[in-house]
Amino acid sequence: MRVRFRVNGREVEVDVEPRLTLADCLRHHLRLTGTHVGCEHGVCGACTVIVDGAAVRSCLMLAVQADGADIVTVEGLSNDDDLTPLQKSFRKHHALQCGFCTPGMITTAHALLSEDPECDAARVREVLSGNLCRCTGYIPIVEAVLDARAAYRAKMASDRGGERA
Amino acid sequence: MKLPPFDYACPTTLPEAVQLLSAPEGDAKPIAGGQSLVPMLAFRLAQPTLLVDLRKLADLRGIKISQKDVTLGAMVRWREIEDDERLKTAHPLLKAAVAHIAHYQIRNRGTVGGSLAHADPAAEMPGIAITCDAEIAVVGKSGARVIQAADFFQGALTTALTPDELIVEVRLPAWPAGRRWGFEEFARRRGDFAMAAAAVFYDQSEDSKARNAHVGVIGVGDRPLRLPSAEDVLNGRAIDEAAIGAAEAAACAAVDPQDDIHASAAYRRALAGTMVERALKRAAARAQQ
Repeated sequence: MRVRFRVNGREVEVDVEPRLTLADCLRHHLRLTGTHVGCEHGVCGACTVIVDGAAVRSCLMLAVQADGADIVTVEGLSNDDDLTPLQKSFRKHHALQCGFCTPGMITTAHALLSEDPECDAARVREVLSGNLCRCTGYIPIVEAVLDARAAYRAKMASDRGGERA
Repeated sequence: MKLPPFDYACPTTLPEAVQLLSAPEGDAKPIAGGQSLVPMLAFRLAQPTLLVDLRKLADLRGIKISQKDVTLGAMVRWREIEDDERLKTAHPLLKAAVAHIAHYQIRNRGTVGGSLAHADPAAEMPGIAITCDAEIAVVGKSGARVIQAADFFQGALTTALTPDELIVEVRLPAWPAGRRWGFEEFARRRGDFAMAAAAVFYDQSEDSKARNAHVGVIGVGDRPLRLPSAEDVLNGRAIDEAAIGAAEAAACAAVDPQDDIHASAAYRRALAGTMVERALKRAAARAQQ
């Protein structure tokens, strides 16, 4: 089936079998291998991408269900070669070791901070409970996300300022 | 595992969807949020020949609140319930239960109708439907009908729906101001299915006695359960420590869980009682506020 959607700001068209998950479509058809596939049944969160503004598990969504959607993957978060404030915060706090879960952590945290840059540690932990990490013990990840809030607050304030002007 | 092969259709009207599901040959299944069905496909527990995507059916959307009831369209996602400020007063029990469903990403996709139709015995929404005497409106090739929640759940992953039928909406009776309620769930890890959970509510008469008590539990049988014996203990009594203790004992006596890999039957039975106890304590504490 022919499916069209936007991914990281680019219009794409792919020809896929209905059974292909969005995760495999991103990786195999679009070569966006930043999205990791861990458990393939919705438990680990490594494949989290942002579909129409909401963080979702791309292994639990069919590519054909994404027709017409606007998708952001981990590759789409930074505009150029520089890291985003959230990514820099992950580096600063040593919030990754093997890196397998990191794309899902980053996309999930980005979705959370974009909607709620005032979130507290309990909320961060609640949201990240859907993403498994077997290396870090989570503490540095939670610290990294909390530390990145300021950047999202500043962005939200400047976006609001832009609306007023 | 990769999913088994199937065909896919994305109808734009309800009659079209019903027609696709009614095809005499093959095994068509609706897909709503896919948060239960896709794992079932991955594990080959389901191998439909056709998936009928419900995402374009406007008739299945939206949360409506009236004097009479709270109506949730089958395609309402958990996230919409979390974000709906009106439900804080219009149905606080529903809102509290939804907070326990799976994880952030799954709540962004999973739907009310999907959870009811999947009928996992430990799922929150079927428990709320049973506890609150919900009506489930469905449509199929022989027309529309309304199924009472008590008749809808027939066993683990088994409902009264025929293969050609779709859930359109679920209606929860209106929630009066001042109703006492509690929802308590126990799972070993956040977001896991409940090992047991209890949903309770009661109204209070002028003399501070409980009436219209509803006690429901999930995770302790092959379907969500109402516990009339625990309700009988509560009705007509002030909800004090003795009443709560009696309801806990009645709940333990009423459930008949099985041993499984997660817990022994005895553990689950005790847990069901404890969840009822904690939910009632929460409800009673709300009364004093």
